[in-house]
Amino acid sequence: MLEEVGTTTEGDLIINVGPQHPATHGVLHLVITLNGETIKKVEPHLGFIHRSIEKMCESLTYRQFIYVTSRMDYLSAHINNHACALCVEKGLQAEIPARAQVIRVLMDELTRIASHELWWGAMAMDLGAFTPFFHAFRERETINDIMEETCGARLTMNYMVPGGVMQDIHPNFQRRVKEFMQLYKRKIHEYDEMVTGNIIFQNRMKNVGYLSPEDAVSYGCSGPTARGSGVSCDIRKLYPYEVYSKLEFDEILETGGDSFARYMVRIREMQQSIRIIEQLIDNIPEGDFQAKTKAVLKLPKGEFYSRVETARGEFGVYIVSEGGTTPYRIKFRSPGFSNLSVLDHIARGSKLGDMVAMMGTLDLVIPDIDR
Amino acid sequence: MQLTQRAKQVDRRPMTQLEKLYLWNIAKGMWITISHLFKRKVTIQYPEQKRTFSKVFRGVQILNRDEEGRERCTACGLCAVACPAEAITMEAAERQPGEEHLYKEEKYAAKYEINMLRCIFCGYCEEACPKDAIYLSQTFAQANYDRKGFIYKKEDLLIPNPKEDPDAYQRAVGERVTKPLSS
Ligand code: SF4
Ligand code: SF4
Repeated sequence: MLEEVGTTTEGDLIINVGPQHPATHGVLHLVITLNGETIKKVEPHLGFIHRSIEKMCESLTYRQFIYVTSRMDYLSAHINNHACALCVEKGLQAEIPARAQVIRVLMDELTRIASHELWWGAMAMDLGAFTPFFHAFRERETINDIMEETCGARLTMNYMVPGGVMQDIHPNFQRRVKEFMQLYKRKIHEYDEMVTGNIIFQNRMKNVGYLSPEDAVSYGCSGPTARGSGVSCDIRKLYPYEVYSKLEFDEILETGGDSFARYMVRIREMQQSIRIIEQLIDNIPEGDFQAKTKAVLKLPKGEFYSRVETARGEFGVYIVSEGGTTPYRIKFRSPGFSNLSVLDHIARGSKLGDMVAMMGTLDLVIPDIDR
Repeated sequence: MQLTQRAKQVDRRPMTQLEKLYLWNIAKGMWITISHLFKRKVTIQYPEQKRTFSKVFRGVQILNRDEEGRERCTACGLCAVACPAEAITMEAAERQPGEEHLYKEEKYAAKYEINMLRCIFCGYCEEACPKDAIYLSQTFAQANYDRKGFIYKKEDLLIPNPKEDPDAYQRAVGERVTKPLSS
C-alpha cells in the first residue's frame, strides 16, 4: 500500500475540493488523488485571491502600506500591522513610548484570542458540530466591540502607525476588557469541557495527521502547528519584541504531533493570552500613545527585517529601502503558506474524512497564503 | 522529549470512564442549551433594530460644512495624496465674488469623488485634511445597483446644510466633535 502513495495509477479517483468548499474557508483549491477512501496525494492550487500585495506596497509610502497588510491575514490583522510598523520603526530607529507598546501588546493578544476563537468554532463546524460556531462568534463579537470602540473598525483595525498607535484607548477599554476576561475564563472552561471532552471529537482528532518535529522544521512550519509537534518556535519568547520579554507566560508545547496536539496548543494559548492581558491591563503606563515622527517618512538605504508571532505563526516583513519614501521591495513571510505545504505530507495514506480535521488544525487563512 | 527549557508541557491524561460515557456529555450540552433560553439574546434584528457605533468608527466619508453652511474643503488634494487606495479624485475651482456664502476658502472643490469600491476605510483622508473638511461617519452599509453608483459624487458626500436643515446636519455629524475653525 505505502509504496503506491504519491503516484497516480489506473483506477485512482481525482477529486476537487474547492475553490468553493465550506471546509476550505476561502478559495483554496485542493486536487486530491484517492484510492478508494485513502488519500494518495493532495495538491493545493493557489492564486484565486492573489492581489499582488507585495508589488502594491512598492508604490505606497511607509505610512500607507501598513493598511494594506490588514487584508492578508484578516483574522490577525492587528498583528500584521504590528510587524510592518516594527519594521518601519527599525529603519527609522524610532523610540516607541511605553504606553504605545503596552497598548499594542494588549491588542495583539486580544486579536490572538479572537482569531483562535474563530478557528475553534470553524474547526468544530467542519467536524460536524454546528453549535460551537455560534458560541465562538458570540464571544468574538465582544472583542470586536472592544476593538471598534478603540480602533474604529471591527476587523481590519488599522490601528498601528509608525511610532505608536493611531489614537488613545477608549475610557471604557480597561473596564470592558476586564469584564470580558472574567467571562471568557468561564467560557474557555466550558469549551474545553464540551468539545475537547467529547469522546467522538477526540476519536476524530487523535492520531490523525501526524507531523514529526523534523518535518515541521524542514517544511518551515511555525506557530501552533509546529508547537503541536514539539518544536519551540514562539517568536514572543525567542526574539521578544515590545514588552514581551518582561511578561510571564508560557510557550505551549505539545509533543503529540497529531491534530489533537495542535488543537490543544491553541486552546492553551488562549489561556496564556488571558494571562498576558491580565498582567498588562492594570499597568498601562501614562504618557504618549504615539512618538513624534516626521510627516513624510524616509527609511535609510538598507534592508530591514522584523518578525512577530501572529495567531498562525511567524510573520516576517522584509523591506529593502533605497532611501526614498516608498520601499524598493517588500517581502512578507506568511505563516499560512508554509503550514499549508505540509498538508500533502500529513494527509497521505489517511482517509478523506480525516483531511478536514487536518486542515482545521492547520488553521489556514487563504488570503494570508495567497497575498 | 523536551526541546527547550522555556516551554511548558501540556498534560494529557487519558479520559476517565465518566468522560467516555457520551450520555453524560449530552446531558451537559443540553443543560447549556437550555440555560440559554433564559438568557438575554445577543443578536439584534438588523434592519429593524440598529446598533450605534463608537465615536471613532470609520464608515462612509462626509464632507463637512462650517457653522454658516459653507463648504470647508479647499481642494488642496492632501487627502487624495494620503489615500492608500487612490480612491479620491477632485477638481479645484476658484471662488467667484458673491459665492462667499457657499465656500469658506478662496478655492473649492468643483468636483469631488470617492470611489467606494476602492476605499478601504482607513481614515487617512480625515487625518490628512488640514481644514477638517472630510471625516468618516458612522454610516456604513452602502448598497447600489451598479458599479457607477459606488462612485460617490460631491452631492452624495456633502453634509446637509446646518442652516437649512439643522436636524439632518446633527444626525449626520453624530456624536463627533467638530474642530473649531483654525483660520
Ligand atoms: S478612508 Fe482611506 S481609502 Fe478611503 S478615501 Fe479615505 S484615505 Fe482613501
Ligand atoms: S477634503 Fe481636506 S484634504 Fe481633501 S482636498 Fe478638501 S481640504 Fe484638502
